[in-house]
This record gives sequence, structure tokens and C-alpha cells, in this order.
Amino acid sequence: MRDDEDENLKDANHSSESPGVSRRDFLKISGISVAVPLVAGPKMVMAAGQQVPVYGPGKVPMEFAINGKSYKADLEPRVTLLDALRDQLELTGAKRVCDRAECGACTVLMDNKPVYACSVLAIEAQHKPITTVESLIEDGNLHPVQRAFVENDASQCGFCTPGFVVACKAFLDRHPHPTPEDIRRGLSGNICRCGTYEGIRKAIAQVAQKGA
Amino acid sequence: MPDYAWPDAQHRTLIGARVTRVDAPAKVSGQAKYTYDVHRPGMLYGKVFRSPYAHAKVVSIDTSAAEKMPGVKAIHIVQGPGSTIHWAGDDIVAVAAVDEPTAEDAVRAIRVKFQQLPHLVSDAEPPKGSAQEEGPLSIDAIDDMLDNQVPANQMVSTIQRDGLIKKASEDDLNMLKADGATDAVLEAIRSATLHPEVSAKPPSNYQKAAAQTVGDPDKAFAEADAVSEGLYGIPVITHCCLESHGSISEWTDNEHLFTHISTQNLSGIPGQMAEPLKIPATNIRVHQDNIGGGFGSKFSPDRWGIFTAEVSRKAGGKPVRIMLERDTELKVAGARPSAYARVKVAAKRDGTLIAWQSNSWGTGGPGGGGMPPIPYVFSIPNQRQEHTAIRNNIGPARAWRAPNHPQAAVLTMCALDDLAAKLNLDPVEFFGKNLNLTQRRENTYREELNIASELMGWKQKWHPRGQNASGDTARGVGLSFHTWGGRGHASDCDLTIHPDGSVDLKMGSQDLGTGTRTCILMVAADTLGIPMDAIQLQIGDTTYPPSGGSGGSTTIGGVTSSTRRASVDARDALFAKVAPALNVQSDQLECVNGKVMVKGDSSRFLSWKEACSKLGVMPVTMRGKNPDKNKPPDLTNSGVGGVQMAEVEVDTDTGIVKVKKMVAVQDCGLVINLKTAESQCYGALIMGISYSLFEEKVMDPVTGRMLNADMEFYRLAGLNDIPELVVHMMTGKGYDERGVIGLGEPPVISPGAAISNAVANAIGVRVPFLPLTPDRVLNALEQKAGA
Repeated sequence: MRDDEDENLKDANHSSESPGVSRRDFLKISGISVAVPLVAGPKMVMAAGQQVPVYGPGKVPMEFAINGKSYKADLEPRVTLLDALRDQLELTGAKRVCDRAECGACTVLMDNKPVYACSVLAIEAQHKPITTVESLIEDGNLHPVQRAFVENDASQCGFCTPGFVVACKAFLDRHPHPTPEDIRRGLSGNICRCGTYEGIRKAIAQVAQKGA
Repeated sequence: MPDYAWPDAQHRTLIGARVTRVDAPAKVSGQAKYTYDVHRPGMLYGKVFRSPYAHAKVVSIDTSAAEKMPGVKAIHIVQGPGSTIHWAGDDIVAVAAVDEPTAEDAVRAIRVKFQQLPHLVSDAEPPKGSAQEEGPLSIDAIDDMLDNQVPANQMVSTIQRDGLIKKASEDDLNMLKADGATDAVLEAIRSATLHPEVSAKPPSNYQKAAAQTVGDPDKAFAEADAVSEGLYGIPVITHCCLESHGSISEWTDNEHLFTHISTQNLSGIPGQMAEPLKIPATNIRVHQDNIGGGFGSKFSPDRWGIFTAEVSRKAGGKPVRIMLERDTELKVAGARPSAYARVKVAAKRDGTLIAWQSNSWGTGGPGGGGMPPIPYVFSIPNQRQEHTAIRNNIGPARAWRAPNHPQAAVLTMCALDDLAAKLNLDPVEFFGKNLNLTQRRENTYREELNIASELMGWKQKWHPRGQNASGDTARGVGLSFHTWGGRGHASDCDLTIHPDGSVDLKMGSQDLGTGTRTCILMVAADTLGIPMDAIQLQIGDTTYPPSGGSGGSTTIGGVTSSTRRASVDARDALFAKVAPALNVQSDQLECVNGKVMVKGDSSRFLSWKEACSKLGVMPVTMRGKNPDKNKPPDLTNSGVGGVQMAEVEVDTDTGIVKVKKMVAVQDCGLVINLKTAESQCYGALIMGISYSLFEEKVMDPVTGRMLNADMEFYRLAGLNDIPELVVHMMTGKGYDERGVIGLGEPPVISPGAAISNAVANAIGVRVPFLPLTPDRVLNALEQKAGA
């Protein structure tokens, strides 16, 4: 479990400006049955005495703020942020591996916090600043975390690597001087099959020593 | 004759050094493209209706509702009514639609009626007398022998003795040849006696797969000073590649297929797709830039690779992507066979091994599987073995890094370690005493055992069993030995030097994350005396010369040998053009530091660019091959040994095992890149910790389905599980001159046995089966307390 997972949970009840279905809204409407036509915009339904917007099941126009750029796509509300990134926006750095928040290969930053993109609905990620691994390079230069991964041979097949790089960056932003114990606990939410942990451990230690 | 031999240590600048892998920047920045990342214009998304039953007959299929759904573009029946399904998760109907959600909805709308049949998903000890006598062989059984590296002469005599169930087709023979069958084996298959009546008999789930006696075991056991008996085992585990199996296929016209596929065997794919798709192999182009893990499970296009192309054909040739979902990946896309054994071993008082007896069993799913090579590494003079293969419905087995060797290591090294404990001998002393039984590799093992002991601090850490506990914590150390072949596979490549000085190298190979790209470039750059980044390397496409599949630790030997020969020939062709300009014979030239110069006269040279301009207008291309008898010497070799040690801490209240330190000492001939070689060993140790402590494919006997087909309950080791790791590569005299030998398999063999032995040393009792989970540790402690 990530050390900041609790914060993410809190964030699930996001602000009222968001057009997504909040957890509270979902609880309100889950008990009622409404015939929803294939329309793009939200349909307002009365639930528990309040007007609640309902999106889908057809495609809905969505807007995203990813790596400082604005993106638009028409997606069904059930599409995850990960699938939107990979299949619609061609940002394929985040990988689909477990597809249920178990392995961390799809880690991206949302509101500057690491999240498993496979377990965030695209509709809920709208307008929130999203950072993917693709944006860590600046002016063609690798981010210090990426450089340390390269130098310490912290990737083999490389499929877990982008998720690990993003998770490590977020971890080091919060814990600039981690102890070995911090590293072991703070990065146990990402899984590698080739066994690159030795290189990853050395990479993090190197960045922590030099400073990112 | 040009000198193709590897340059000696004084004459190489890159080979043997620590070089950062060339594709790392692309991988850390998310720019490296994998099959799963390929997004072709107009691509459709495929999903598959799968059997919920482990053993069933398909009665009827109704796809009418799915066909009517908007966005559904093609439906393809993979296994129609009448088909028998042998494992849960097997493919029944494939669908392609405009997006993934639509494809999922369509699969949900398909109705399939099954007639359930009785299934077996257990690999528990076969009931006494249940095993059928060994019968004639199937082609699969012969392929298993190849996987298991059964020597050719032994295969020939087995085939001659047992015969075949049915005549082998030309395709069967080609497949076996591609998998390494020698001409003698193929000839034995062609002339084998056929027993067609046997295939008509309903097969038993239990088949006596091997029985062998060497020497006089009864006499040896009777004369022994110490006999140890025990039960040992290692379960079925999965490959769990992070990039699941799958492909994207499209028809560029009616006769030509373009496939992106996640594969360890790029050049071997068209030949496997041609017949089922009824087009010539030459009409199939395969491309792959990067692969997200294979570990032995990605050699074939698989049935899903074939039907992805069929679905595309039905959708008018549009690109169709079918990548397996995670649960399917774990259920059907590869498993390592299990192996269990009741073992009896005997020695003289001084520890000299004299006798081995084993009754082993295990399953490789529907194929049963073969006997691991036991006793492993140590050729004990008197032996009796019997093995029963269990054919069941857990899903198919695939080669998993070092097929059958991790199992053999656990069954052998744990049994021998128990015998050492019975004799009250330090395992280093006990195994060291018997190293003569390892024959050819005795000196290597002895050297490695000494280095490993030093690096582990074995002398300080080893105590007799169960005598290193304080409070509720017990510490222990254990060790294991392993061996592997690893000769280089067949490999072709083309190296071109252009008149402007640019260089490219093309090879139909693949880089599994083992550093193949980097090693190819190191060899070419070292030979041509130019920087690695001055060479453009292109791999991963069937338009390049064919190179073998990456299996059995054969890639590094194959690709470096072909690269070396191509580079030497291209360099010498350049020398011939340059010699007149420098007024010398071409054999007086050398390539150093980006210059072509006269040997021993650093004042007479041309820059690389100037030298290449002497080629005129035409580039020079040279084909390098491995093997190539006309261009000696053989640059690759076979046969390595390794020693590993583990230190563990066991919480005797909770049963939790923590690995505290691991040491791997490994030889692999001439190391091309020390940095990526060490990474291979670190990775193998980590994978070993994972299968020793956590991994097991758990099957539900009632439903016949896998219970932990996800990454939460099929647990892999995480960063938090990794202790101090020490890797020592054997290099220099005695190793370098052997040539290049592969490294993918050997270091992953020993961790299970080393860790199990360390736990036995810590808690004073054997935990019989891997993974060493808390419940098993507590059970063993309880039995010890009750004993």
C-alpha cells in the first residue's frame, strides 16, 4: 500500500464543479432505476430529493489537462483514465498490466499525487492536472530519477519501468532524504517481474544523495 | 583466413566492460513501444468468450445477439460445438468491435451451452498402482524431452523402444527440428514403430513417465552408514509476464499479413502462422520493438495469435488487437510444471554419497510433463528413479526459465542437505566432499563454493540445525548448486558500412530486457573501433536476417557470434579498399579509436570517415552467421555451473520467512557486458525469492478454476521483500577463453533449494514444499514439536 493512499481516498469525494459522478451521488442514484437514452450530455434525475447528473451509458464529451496540455475525447463513462490515455490519447507510457490497482505499472500523477490510472475513471479525472511519464523529460534531458534508473540498470524488459519512475519521482518529492526502510515501504505498490529492484534501490539512493 | 576469434583482454575496449544498456533511456521515459502500445489506424479491439469449465464439451453457441450490436465488426468461432475443452479459460469465440467496452458487451451477449465433464486439477501424490505403464510417445512428449534437454542418444533409444502413437507429419518434424531435435532424433521418429491403437484408449490421468536404475542401489543402501528419507516439492507457478500475450494483426491485402506480436521468437513466428492461415510464410511480416517479459512462455503465436489474424480477415483486413487480460494471462498463458518426490539418499560416515532413490510425480497440465533431471548435478553412483506424470485440467505448461532445473534442484539439494544434517556435517564440507560427482565441472564448483562461502560469511553464520535461535527468531543459511547448457542459437545478421562512414546492423532478433541490443552493439563497435552510437542497430522485424528464438540461454552466444563474424568480414573488406591509400597490405591494418591505421605506426592512418570514403559509391554488406563451420573458431560454448547461498530469518511465532541475504556466484564463459550480466543474476535471485516464498497457481478442486488469477493473490515479490544481494561473475583465465555462453536460465535455478535449506537450518526441520508460506512453516514446527 502506498503511504499516501488515504489521501487519495479522501480525494474521491471531489469538488462539486466536477461533472463526474461523485461517490455520494452514486450512492444516491444506485438505488433507483432510470431508463437512460444514448445522449451525450448529463441527464438530471431526482434522487433523494436532489437533482443529480447522470452521464452515459453512451459516449460523453470529456476534457483533460495532461502534461500541461488540453485534450478532448468522447468516451463512455466506464472508460478508465488508463485506457483513455493509452487507446484514445496515444500516451502509452503508463502500462496496463493488472488493471485493478495491484501492480502500479499504470502509475501517473493526478493533482500531483501518484494514482493507479487503471482504477480512476476518465470522467473523474477531467480538468485535474495529470502528469504522465512522457512529460518528465525536459528539453530532451532525462529527469534525475530517470537518469539514475539508466545508470543503475533499473530496467530489464522495462514494462514496469514507467510506472516505477513516476512512483519514485512522487516518493522522492515527498521524502527527499529517505531511509532504506522508507524506500522499501514507500515503493512497495509497484511490482516488477524481471527483478530490477536492486537497480531501483540503488537509483533511489543515488538521487536521494545527490538531490533531485 | 580472417581472425574471427574473440580479441584477448589487451585488445578489446568494450567486450567484458560495464556498459549501460542502450535502450534504457527509451524505457525510463515511456518512449519504448511494446506490442500492447501499438495503435494502428482504424484498429479494432478483440475480446474472447472463454470456457468457465475445466473440462467440458461445447454443445451449442449462439452469437446472434452479439452480431446485432452496433460497433461489432467480426465474430469468429474458435472452438465450435463438439469441441472438448481441457482447461478453464480456453478460447471459444472471439469478437472484434470498434472499442473495448463494445467488445466486452458483445462477449457478454454470447450464449454457449456446455456439457460438463469430470475434471482433475490436483497434483497430489498419485494413488498407489494408479499409473499406467509407459506407452508409445506423442509428438508433445518428444518436444518435452527437447525442452528438458534430454541427450539425443537417449531420445533415440527411447523412441526406438516405445514407438509413436501416430506418424509424425512434416510439420511435426519441422517443429521438432526448430526446437533443437538432431538429425538422428528426426530419423528415429521417421522410422519409429507406430501404435495407433493406443491413442484410441481413454488415457489415465496418471502415466508412468520414467523408470531408471543405475548401479546396485539395494546393496548400496544396505551398506550405508546414514540414510535420510524425505518428501520435497515445488508447485505449479505461472510466468505472469507484465505484458500479457497477444498481437495486433492486419491484412495489407488478401494475401499479406502484418502482425505485431509479443514474442521471444520473432523470426520463428511466420513459419508457425503460415499453415493455419493457409498463406506462405513469406507473406507474413512480424514486427516487435520491445517485449514486456517472456520467461519461456512466448515462443509460439498461440491459438489466439492465429485467430486474431482470422478475425482481422473477417473484419475486412482491419487491424485487430487481442491482448490477454490479466486473469487469462495467469490461467492459460503459461505455467511451470510442478514436481514432488519421496527421496531416500545414503552416504558413508564421512559424507561420501553412495545411493539415491526417488519416487517423483508432478503435472504439466494436459501434457503431463517429464521427470526433472534428478539427482541433479551430483551423479550418485547407485540410483533408482520412478516418475509419474499427472495429466490434468489446470491449463498448459510452458518452458519457464531453465525448464525442470529449479524443480530438480529442490528435490536433490534439499534431500542431500537433510542427509548432511543427519550426518552432522556442515553442508559446505559435505557438498564439497562430493564435488567429484559433478565430473567435468568439479574445479569450477570448488572455486565458486569457496568464493560464495567467503561472500556469505558462511563460517560465521552456519550452526548445526536449529541452534541459531533467539527468542521467537531463528536464523539459518543454506546453499545449492546448478548447471545449464547455453550454447548460442542459429543467428544471421547483415552489417553494412556505407561510404559516408555510417554503419548499420540488421538482425531478426529480439531483446527480452536481457541487454541483447547492447551486447550486439558492443561486439560490432569493439570490432570496428568506432563508438557504439555510430552504429544503427535494427532488430525486431522479419524483413531482417533470421535469428533464433530467445530460449535456453542461447541468445547471447548466437547474436554475438554472428555479429562478430559480420563485423570482421566488413572490416576486412574495408581494409582491402583502404590498404592502397596507406600503402600497406590490408592485413597490416587495424581499427582503433575511430581510425583505420597501420599496425604499430600510429602516424599512418585515415579517420573512419576518410577510410569509408574509399569504398566508392557502393556500401559493403556482410552476412554474419552462427554457427559457421567455414569461419572458425566456434565463438560460443556450452555448460556452466553456479553456486548460491541464502540466509534467512524465520519468525517462529508467525511462520514468516524473511530472506536476509543472498549470494550468487556464476560462470558463463566470456562475459560481454558485466553490467547487464549482473542484472540478470540480481533479477534471477529476486525471481527466485518470489517463487520460494510466495508463488503458487492455486486451483479450486470444485470448480476447476484458478483461484488466484490476479496480482493480489498471485503475489510476486516486491521491493520490501528484497534483501542484500551479492553477485559474483567468474571471469578471466579459465572462463574468458571458453567463448560466450548464455545466462538467462542458470541463476534462477538454485534460489528455491538454497532458501529452503536455509529455513531448515534455521528452524531445525524441513518445510517440505515451496512456497515457504507461514502456514507451512508453522505446520513443520508443530510436527517437529510433536515428534
